[in-house]
Amino acid sequence: MTTAELETAAPTWAQRYSVSSREVYRRVLAELAATDPRLFCVDSDMGGLEDIFGAPLPQQYVNVGIAEANLMSVSAGLADTGFLPYANTIAGFASARACEQVKVDIAGNNLPVRIVVTHSGVSAGPYGPTHHCLDDIAIMRTMPNMTVVVPSDAAETEYVIRSTVDLPGPLYVRLGRGATPLVNTGPYEFVLGRARWLRAGDDVTIVATGAHPVHMALRAAEILARRGIGARVLNMHTVKPIDRAALVRAADETAGIVTVEDHVLVGGLGAAVCEVVAEERPCPVRRIGLPDAYFDYVADERDLLVHAGVSPERIAEAALAVGGW
Amino acid sequence: MSTEAAAYRVRERVLKMGTGAHGTHIGGSLSCADVLTLLFTEVLRLRPEDPRWDGRDRFILSKGHASAALYGVLVERGYLAETELATYTRKGSRLAGHPLRRLPGVEFPSGSLGHGLSLGAGVALGLRRTGRDSRVFVLLGDGELQEGSVWEAAMFAGTQRLDNLVAIVDRNGLQITGPTTGLEPLAERWRTFGWHAVEVDGHDLAALRSVFGDLPTGKPVVVIANTVKGKGVPLFEGKKKSHSVQLTPRLYQRAVAGLKSTRPS
Repeated sequence: MTTAELETAAPTWAQRYSVSSREVYRRVLAELAATDPRLFCVDSDMGGLEDIFGAPLPQQYVNVGIAEANLMSVSAGLADTGFLPYANTIAGFASARACEQVKVDIAGNNLPVRIVVTHSGVSAGPYGPTHHCLDDIAIMRTMPNMTVVVPSDAAETEYVIRSTVDLPGPLYVRLGRGATPLVNTGPYEFVLGRARWLRAGDDVTIVATGAHPVHMALRAAEILARRGIGARVLNMHTVKPIDRAALVRAADETAGIVTVEDHVLVGGLGAAVCEVVAEERPCPVRRIGLPDAYFDYVADERDLLVHAGVSPERIAEAALAVGGW
Repeated sequence: MSTEAAAYRVRERVLKMGTGAHGTHIGGSLSCADVLTLLFTEVLRLRPEDPRWDGRDRFILSKGHASAALYGVLVERGYLAETELATYTRKGSRLAGHPLRRLPGVEFPSGSLGHGLSLGAGVALGLRRTGRDSRVFVLLGDGELQEGSVWEAAMFAGTQRLDNLVAIVDRNGLQITGPTTGLEPLAERWRTFGWHAVEVDGHDLAALRSVFGDLPTGKPVVVIANTVKGKGVPLFEGKKKSHSVQLTPRLYQRAVAGLKSTRPS
């Protein structure tokens, strides 16, 4: 699936079609690396990267093995010699296991390392809680210099990777594991730090980040539309730096904001939105996300989210509460 | 002899920094003073007037608590003014107890143990992949080797055969609570991780000169420098209490007198 194909895809077709952000990321990175010798793929035994990079681009690939602390500091060292390293691991291993290496060596030195993670949220589904990652947005956005981006689908992932090659500082890109619905169709210029309007509406605003949350936000807007309520849907792909202007506008022009994320409510998108509106334009906010608890059962990603209270129906209910309807 | 004299001056500076309100890590600074001085005066390819010169050798102080020794050496090479040392750990100073930013001559901030060897391995790999012939030297404490990330880095550098990477272990044998245990057989451990391991008296400048002047090739090299914590100041030599000390005026006078008594002729 190329960008051109995505741009000409009809929305109805696109919503039925699912593409893996992880696969698109890998292909786009390999394509960019083939013509830009600064790009360097740092693998930590993820599987698959060695075929894409190791064989055709051996000078721009290294596998550190199952050693995430080393992954981060080696990437920092490579960046210091002029490379643009893409450090690949699972979200929880990047944000929690190797947290200090990211904080001290990468963010602390403002080095242009791109930490691209998979298995975020509950996208590892039945693999269980050790492979889920519900707190990485909170962890990463506390680090000065760090940019935090959560693409909402494969198309946006491609735009993110292509447009951030020359970002001077560190970047955290939060991807899931499996295929997710395409929500970004048609021509689209990705602008880092600027929320994308997916749907216009002046009654209430739904702000979402990540694949399923954004898709669910659109479905919730349809539910609300059937009740005559116009929901504005913002895809907040950049959680840090967050689009303050879009949030102020939402507070001014609509009854309030519902946030949606596949992340705990502590410190995530909802918290970041509250930080902005509490200071700039206090307004009603309801946050939809994962509870302050560990999962002790497994299921597919979507089922886990719905079970935990992240669903189009719950988003719509929250929107009704925000507006007092 | 000039390196010997320089190492003596570095020790004097360490003691002076120890008089600040927060003291300093005297024991571990004095134990690595000879190695550090030799590296900066005779081994590393540097241009102090152009600290980020691309052709420089890289030095990473992984045992960041020895910052006083590093600052003392940076003064020796003109990266820092001698007068600035008086600001050590004082309000507003850039001279922190652990190097907190990239001062001229400081490649990476450090202090959290177990980071330096991975950083050095990444730099060494990057230098090699871009065809640059600079070398990377990383100074670790022996207690620091208890950090698991050191061995992640050791395994990686050995596997990649990064022969432009040199680790130096300041083997002073003491950590805060007492003897540094659990590391033997140390040289053999590094060898099984794919490294050359060389042991040397870390206070014998002639021996150190000979080791660093003829490092083996083909693999990364670890130089295990057998040292004495607090070396040069009898009051502190081999004492675990020398780890972090704030020198009162009286203690400072005693320490300086002790240092003078061990001064090389």
